[in-house]
Amino acid sequence: MREFESIIAGFGGQGLLFSGKVLAYAGLTEGRELSWLPSYGPEMRGGTANCHVILSDSPVGSPIVMKPNVLMVMNLPSLEKFENDVVTGGMIFVDSTLIDKKVARDDVKVFYVPATRLAQEMGAPALANMILLGKLVAETECIEWASLEKGLKKVIPARKADMFDLNMKALEVGKSYCG
Amino acid sequence: MQEKVLMKGNEAIAEAAILAGCRHYFGYPITPQTEVAAYMSKKMPKIGGTFLQAESEIAAINMVYGVASTGKRVMTSSSSPGIALKAEGISYLAGADLPALILNVQRGGPGLGGIQPSQADYYFATRGPGHGDFHVLVLAPASVQEMADLTAKAFALAEKYRMPAMLLADGTMGQMMEPVALPDPVDLNGEAPEWATTGTKMQRKHNIANSLYLSPAELERTNIERFERYAKIEEEEPMWEEFMMEDADICIVSCGITARVSRNAIVEARKQGIKVGMIRPITLWPFPKKPLAAAAEKVKSFLCVELNMGQMKEDVELAIRCKKPVDLCFRVGGMIPSPDEVLAAIKNAAEKEA
Repeated sequence: MREFESIIAGFGGQGLLFSGKVLAYAGLTEGRELSWLPSYGPEMRGGTANCHVILSDSPVGSPIVMKPNVLMVMNLPSLEKFENDVVTGGMIFVDSTLIDKKVARDDVKVFYVPATRLAQEMGAPALANMILLGKLVAETECIEWASLEKGLKKVIPARKADMFDLNMKALEVGKSYCG
Repeated sequence: MQEKVLMKGNEAIAEAAILAGCRHYFGYPITPQTEVAAYMSKKMPKIGGTFLQAESEIAAINMVYGVASTGKRVMTSSSSPGIALKAEGISYLAGADLPALILNVQRGGPGLGGIQPSQADYYFATRGPGHGDFHVLVLAPASVQEMADLTAKAFALAEKYRMPAMLLADGTMGQMMEPVALPDPVDLNGEAPEWATTGTKMQRKHNIANSLYLSPAELERTNIERFERYAKIEEEEPMWEEFMMEDADICIVSCGITARVSRNAIVEARKQGIKVGMIRPITLWPFPKKPLAAAAEKVKSFLCVELNMGQMKEDVELAIRCKKPVDLCFRVGGMIPSPDEVLAAIKNAAEKEA
């Protein structure tokens, strides 16, 4: 997918803005045109948070994503808020451990990944975001897998470098998950 | 130019200011520009600069006044209600003919308003933000790259004309990340300008940074001299960008985030056979009157797209001497028009002229 317009949404603290940054940095290493726009507001840990990520081959106009072709959600309010904005033929990635509702539409492709459960099983409960992102990149092919690795290296601060392998592993878990 | 990195607009401004030789920052936190202060607080102590969180916006702008009088590059940043508090200090800077950079990452108003993006301070910035007859240079970035480039430009222009410059951004520009190639560091040769109050070493007459003139004749003279300078700026310094204007029947005029949204709408309208283009003012004062007046000879109508109730529309009408109709597409209060809303306004304008 070369023209990638996504919304990544859930609770604050789930690492959704981080996931978006990994994608954006991965796009940067490929020399793509891109933008990353966070929601900013009275939200805080436990509140809702989202970011808009655009990857494109031509200069990005508005960084605000009104009609996403990819949606990644990690809580029910976010699914309900953005489900109907996704364009026909778009893809929705759902953390099915946290959201038991099914997507009502039949004109989009939906991937249910029990990301939170898988994260707990691998002993890294905070990395459900990366598991879901792994699935998203594998299915959308919005960037090369190798770029994801480079992007991740740029986003993880040097003092947390030991987290790199675990994040990479979480991405792989998501990539290889077959519902 | 350095290698492209990803940065938030607010961070790009802070880094660009440092690269431009600014070593003094005074501010007070307010959403959506607090990243500027956060960045400065981390960087400035490491490079021998000053970061100071003042007790108020008013204190911060007066600290800026102090450093500016020594001829050093200095800046402050805030968002709409905080900028209003700085108005007195900005007027004093203008009255004392001192360069300084003031960043306004606008949010919705009036009053405490909201914290979402806005362009509602257009009048306030372009009509001289404070009491008395004066202007500040006003630059409106529309990308993170421009946030960086215009920061350096604003410092240079402010010094060239000895007046404050305001970078007028909005919450979206401040918060979004895009690839940016930061400018190369500027080597300021360290010599203070001749007007700076840096000590006479008993070798020259002392300089005074002052805006008080009790003699009306003298005060009149300073005002007139200042406006002669402004006339030169209006002649030489306007900046703008044209997009698909060659054969346009409709000319959108928009800056900052709404210019980005308009770009999407223009691309879509062109697909539908509507000849529409855009003139995007980059300097809001001086306003790019000439390209607009020239466009008025060719296009059938103008369409302003703004995050206010039509403040820039007035400048467009003045620039084109009301020769052509000027429509308005707006959202306010922190709302942003979708490309579809702008497209609808374009179609509406196209129907009217048909």
